[in-house]
Amino acid sequence: MGALLTPALGTVIWASIAFLVVLFVLKRFAWGPILAALDEREQSIAGALNEADKVRKEMAELAASNENELKEARAERDRMMREAREMADSLIAEAKNKAREAADKEVASAKDAIAIERKAAVAELKAEVGNLSLDIAERLLREKLESSDEQKALVNRLIDESPLN
Amino acid sequence: MNRFIRSVGVLIVAIGLAGGLPLAAQDHGDHLDASSEHTAVQGSEESHEHEGHEHEGHEHEEFVAGTFIIHHIADAHDIHLFGDVHIPLPVILFLEGHGLQLFMSSAFDGHGHGDKHLSREGIEYTLHAEDGVLEDGRSVVSGQITASEAGAAIGLYDLSITKSVFGMLVILALMVWMFLGIAGSYRKNPGKAPKGIANAMEPLIMFIRDEIAKPSIGDKADRFMPFLLTVFFFIFFCNLLGLVPFLGAFNITGTIGVTVVLATLVFLLTNLNGNKHYWGHIFWPPGVPLPVKIILVPIEVFGILMKPAVLMIRLTANISAGHIIILAFTSLIFIFGDGGQAVGAGSGMGIFSTAFMIFMYFLELLVAFLQAFVFTLLAAIYFGDATHDPAHH
Repeated sequence: MGALLTPALGTVIWASIAFLVVLFVLKRFAWGPILAALDEREQSIAGALNEADKVRKEMAELAASNENELKEARAERDRMMREAREMADSLIAEAKNKAREAADKEVASAKDAIAIERKAAVAELKAEVGNLSLDIAERLLREKLESSDEQKALVNRLIDESPLN
Repeated sequence: MNRFIRSVGVLIVAIGLAGGLPLAAQDHGDHLDASSEHTAVQGSEESHEHEGHEHEGHEHEEFVAGTFIIHHIADAHDIHLFGDVHIPLPVILFLEGHGLQLFMSSAFDGHGHGDKHLSREGIEYTLHAEDGVLEDGRSVVSGQITASEAGAAIGLYDLSITKSVFGMLVILALMVWMFLGIAGSYRKNPGKAPKGIANAMEPLIMFIRDEIAKPSIGDKADRFMPFLLTVFFFIFFCNLLGLVPFLGAFNITGTIGVTVVLATLVFLLTNLNGNKHYWGHIFWPPGVPLPVKIILVPIEVFGILMKPAVLMIRLTANISAGHIIILAFTSLIFIFGDGGQAVGAGSGMGIFSTAFMIFMYFLELLVAFLQAFVFTLLAAIYFGDATHDPAHH
């Protein structure tokens, strides 16, 4: 029992020497490099994680800006389409108006021409009819007044009818 | 699951059978012991005669569990593998007036459990088996070597490579080899994930740094990391070596000579690094009325020594206790076996004891880690107390 409770001199000396030697050897050649390597690795991992975080944020920003640009582009396209449609509509309407105006003008000038022609024709017709009537009257008179009796009768009747009385 | 149960069953039977081997070997050893006692009895005649009477009275030696257990957990000058197989270790003695004496422990005569003797260059050496008081009034402990020349005692310093010293050197060499290798692997693959043994040890190193040193010591933790890491792995590996069966039952961290060194280092590191604040708390505790100071200051001063002493006692006692429990259950087999007379009872007890010992081994694995952790944690807390900067309150 005494052996359990009494530190043996030899054990104490050997333990002191051996433990201290190993402590210094390990401190110099093992713990120092190992702890430094662990620190370094932890820092590099932390750095990498930060970097990844930053990149992720940048990606999110990029995606958001892409989305915005896409939205803007879409709006732009819609606007352009609408403008184009409006322009086309207005062009068509204008062309239609112009065509209608031109047609109206044509019709009006045609009507004028027709009216003029008709007037001319009517005037010509009137002259023709006058000539024709004179001709007929001449022929009739010529036939009626071939006998002197008849000429006398007529002159009488005309004298009767005249308001000289 | 079935496979696990089967292998545990096989293990229990195997260990139960193996339990019978030392029993037979011990009987054999005792006979040798008894016969050798008649021929070579020198020195402490009295105790030997006493033992001799006992041997004459009984057919076989009474199994004394206490001596058996103490013999197995105490430090020794050789490594006792099993039965009568010993690995001799170098004995280094510094004799007053005779200088350094160097020989192997196998040079001692005698087997079994009695005192062993050696006559070398005119000097008689005795390796004591029991605690006791010699004729000339000197008290000896078991495992102690005394020397005498022509009946006159010679003072000596025993610097032998004992079992615990040998185990300690093996563990320290293993640590140097292992951690230099790990440091090399970190140098070879900087910034890469660790592989192999570095991968196995890294969590423990990180655990000591992040869970023990940094919370306890704070920003001065780096200064104490080498000591904390060395002491943790030393205790942990020594504890594990002590659990390997049939390998000499090393009890390095249960040897007070080893733990006293660790505790002394903790004591020195604490007090050499102690700042003004630390000493102020001991010799003039702030915010305490004078009458209480008169009581408190001696307690605090005593505590300087007591704290590392408690570390030493806790570690030694815990590791020895684990070994004692396992050995006690081994002893039960021999007690029930009645020295080979009641093989049935012994075998029955063997099965029960083995089952319980397996449980104890699992518990001891936990304790092996836990005691290393507790020692390291408390050392770190003491260092933290000593270096704590009150400005950070």
